[in-house]
Amino acid sequence: MAPRFYRLAETGRKVVNLTLDGQPVAALEGDTLMVALLSAHGHLRRSEFGDGTRAGFCLMGACQDCWVWTEDGERLRSCSTAVSDGLNIRTNPPEVSWSDVL
Amino acid sequence: MVGRALNTLKVVIIGAGPAGVRAAQTLVAAGVRPTVIDEGRRAGGQIYRRQPDNFTRSLETLYGTEASRAQGIHDTFDGLVDQIDYLPETLVWNISDGRVFAVSEKRETTIEYDALIICSGATDRLMPVKGWDMAGVYSLGGSQVALKSQAVSIGQRVIFMGTGPLLYLVASQYLKAGAGVVAVLDTSSFIKRVVAAPKLMSAPDALINGLKFTLALKAAGVPVLTGIRPLEITGDVESGVSGLIFETGAGEHREIKGDAVAMGYHLRPETQLADLTRCEFAFDEKSHLWYPKVDEDGRATTANVYLAGDGARILGARAAEVSGKLAALACLKDAGAPVLDNEIMALRQDMACWKRFATGLREAFPWPAEQAAKLPDETVVCRCEAITAGELRRTVNAMGAKEANRAKAFSRVGMGRCQGRYCALAGAEIIAAAAGIPVSEAGRLRGQAPVKPLPICIEDDEAAAAISTVRELTK
Repeated sequence: MAPRFYRLAETGRKVVNLTLDGQPVAALEGDTLMVALLSAHGHLRRSEFGDGTRAGFCLMGACQDCWVWTEDGERLRSCSTAVSDGLNIRTNPPEVSWSDVL
Repeated sequence: MVGRALNTLKVVIIGAGPAGVRAAQTLVAAGVRPTVIDEGRRAGGQIYRRQPDNFTRSLETLYGTEASRAQGIHDTFDGLVDQIDYLPETLVWNISDGRVFAVSEKRETTIEYDALIICSGATDRLMPVKGWDMAGVYSLGGSQVALKSQAVSIGQRVIFMGTGPLLYLVASQYLKAGAGVVAVLDTSSFIKRVVAAPKLMSAPDALINGLKFTLALKAAGVPVLTGIRPLEITGDVESGVSGLIFETGAGEHREIKGDAVAMGYHLRPETQLADLTRCEFAFDEKSHLWYPKVDEDGRATTANVYLAGDGARILGARAAEVSGKLAALACLKDAGAPVLDNEIMALRQDMACWKRFATGLREAFPWPAEQAAKLPDETVVCRCEAITAGELRRTVNAMGAKEANRAKAFSRVGMGRCQGRYCALAGAEIIAAAAGIPVSEAGRLRGQAPVKPLPICIEDDEAAAAISTVRELTK
């Protein structure tokens, strides 16, 4: 799928490597997770109410539309989370049981 | 709090945008050491939001004509950091019994206060349109954040739609940054701007900047249309936005293509925290907004609570600086500190000027309340849970819910994870139109704690120790 966001400047930054649903994504240091993912991909998650894909809305931590999940099941608000090397992100929440959490 | 030595006075400021920064500066100058709690990673608020440290664009590139104001706020705050208790990346999620409940990095803190200055700012005000729940539709403010703080465009061919000064500002910023701007579609008619011109002259430089943005867009060949009505954002639920169908001022239907829509209808105040202090609200007939009641200097109806910036009244960033100072002076005065009446009078005069300018903006770029009644039943109103206008109307017509909180309980519009920030105002218009009552009678959604979703794994020290012990044992 075509990326959703396009970089207009500040492209000389250090590369940070992430994984999105098992695929490698090259982000740049200083990116928010949302910008990193949407510069490579068309959406962040699927609406659990059946109306398709979602890619965030407000970018200021108010709408909660930009949630993604780590492999451990931790939910991240991607517009206000900075990227870090080795982050392993899923566009669907993993099934996690209480014993997994402990 | 009267009679307390100023250096022992516990003042908590929530928000480090222009209002919060000026409030903190005013308190520090009087010998108070305030606590400043801010959800942002760095101070500046949304308007003067800073880019990450390793970005190199100039202040002029980021903030245009407001570069020196942005620098003024940033430098002031950086100079205060040693004289305040600063809690960045910290969310205040509840206020109760003279205490602020905050969470940061999954850790909880509770802070007692003698006085509270809430500078919670604003978010975009939205009117739904069919298809606005698709990927690729962003709020205008969000589109600006993408460019300002991350140097990205929300698409290759962006359609700007809505009304208000931000519409022209963000579109022109995108154009200047080299992004593709397909069109600027304004729901307000041009004649309203002409009629509002005398009031807009209260801030001539701001008026001239606005005209310059429009001229720059037109000079670049970007269609700028006024008096339009959006009918549908087109696209595919999998791949997202592909265009917009709208009605022109002359009543023709037109479709334009684009891969992103930036939309917004000016701003709405963030008032949940003020609401949790149980202060009174009043409906403003002119803007169709509920505002917390404040006196001339920002005192809320709850004792020792002060409100400043766009969270108190949508008056813009420059007024936020003035109201931040005023609220801090009111707080100092109430604490028995010597405050010069002349200083307060001068600030009140500044505020009167900004109020006049804001009235001009409101009249030039009115909230299109009449669109609510015309939204097709299948239009999603609540983006969080994909609840349609038809479902909301059904709760009014079939279940008799004519009050916003009751309609919320039945329909879930306003109950999703944004907690009504993006649907409540339009939802109230839909309820009022369906019930045939004024929107003021539909009421407003009550603020609820937590004001934003919290991670379920918030830990205190004991719990953290217990979990690590269990982890060790189960290895």
